[in-house]
Amino acid sequence: MVSPVPLDRRAAVAALLAGRGDLLVVAGLGSPAYDLHAAGDHDANFYLWGAMGGAALMGLGLAQARPERPVLVLTGDGEALMGLGGLATIAIAAPGNLTIAVIDNGHFGETGMQRSHTGRGLDLAAVAAACGFAEAGTVTDMAGVEALRARLRGPAEGPRLCVLKVEACNLPRSLPARDAVYLKNRFRAALGLGVN
Amino acid sequence: MASDKNEAEWPDRLRRVLKDAGVTRVSHVPDAGHARLIGLCENDPDMVTNVLTTEEEGIAIAAGAWLGGAASVLLLQSSGVGNCINMLSLPAIGRFPLLMLVTMRGEWAEFNPWQMPMGQATQATLEAMGVTVQRADTAEDLIATVESAAALAFKADQQVAVLISQRLLGRKTW
Repeated sequence: MVSPVPLDRRAAVAALLAGRGDLLVVAGLGSPAYDLHAAGDHDANFYLWGAMGGAALMGLGLAQARPERPVLVLTGDGEALMGLGGLATIAIAAPGNLTIAVIDNGHFGETGMQRSHTGRGLDLAAVAAACGFAEAGTVTDMAGVEALRARLRGPAEGPRLCVLKVEACNLPRSLPARDAVYLKNRFRAALGLGVN
Repeated sequence: MASDKNEAEWPDRLRRVLKDAGVTRVSHVPDAGHARLIGLCENDPDMVTNVLTTEEEGIAIAAGAWLGGAASVLLLQSSGVGNCINMLSLPAIGRFPLLMLVTMRGEWAEFNPWQMPMGQATQATLEAMGVTVQRADTAEDLIATVESAAALAFKADQQVAVLISQRLLGRKTW
């Protein structure tokens, strides 16, 4: 069997965000944040530059605070692996408006491209399914990305996790603002929330 | 005695204080000291509770909740403070309100030596990460201290931990 050609991560993320509407997005540190920024900066984007392992949980808190809005978390395989327990917490919390897209290149790309657990065979979608995610799958082509995009904004029985298998490469960085207070206030203002 | 009753009912009063401060989200790990408060919050239709696999998850949930307009509290034990260290950089750098209620081990009449290192390091660890630490040794103290801490967190965008003395929680029987 011929292995599928890995996705271009930037094209995949741009496709996921096309016509994003009222989507709220949190991106984990490293390449997922650059991918999100490259797809177009937006007031309803929050980029993490640290707090590794926190993006999906931040998405959970956001999804619970805003149940009427769809929430997308973009995270890498490295960050998802660091917060594996968080998948259990999210599954039990069972928000129907949270989708976690794991941009999986099978490597720790930010730190010298060492092969990660997923690159050595660990299946994050299977982990999510075992935790009790309502939907858990792996996508290897743009048709799969499009299908995920179509489902993103609709309600689900519980959280979704989709692994996007992408090519392991270091793309030029597309750097969002690093000032978290600015990002927070901008995001909250987009939701009509005030600054203390 | 009335004072004994107050001592026993501090979790009930604490829930009231939290609600008055606008808290609608509660993250927790299993904890004997917080057991009654956790149960009260789980049965409160206005509260959303999350059970965590590790305390640091609650720090990120609190930041996400605030991003969406919700105030939250994290219930944990002193040993769990050690699990939070790097994640505390998120509320510190984003000035996200953070309210932690920490039941203490490793101090008053502790029977388990394994609780001593983290219990003794709890306050220094929190302060090293920029968290303001307030401490309560009696039930009366605790109510006033949590009122203060909630104001600091949700009105002044601070990261605050209230340490609930092991003396207040009572000697653990084994």
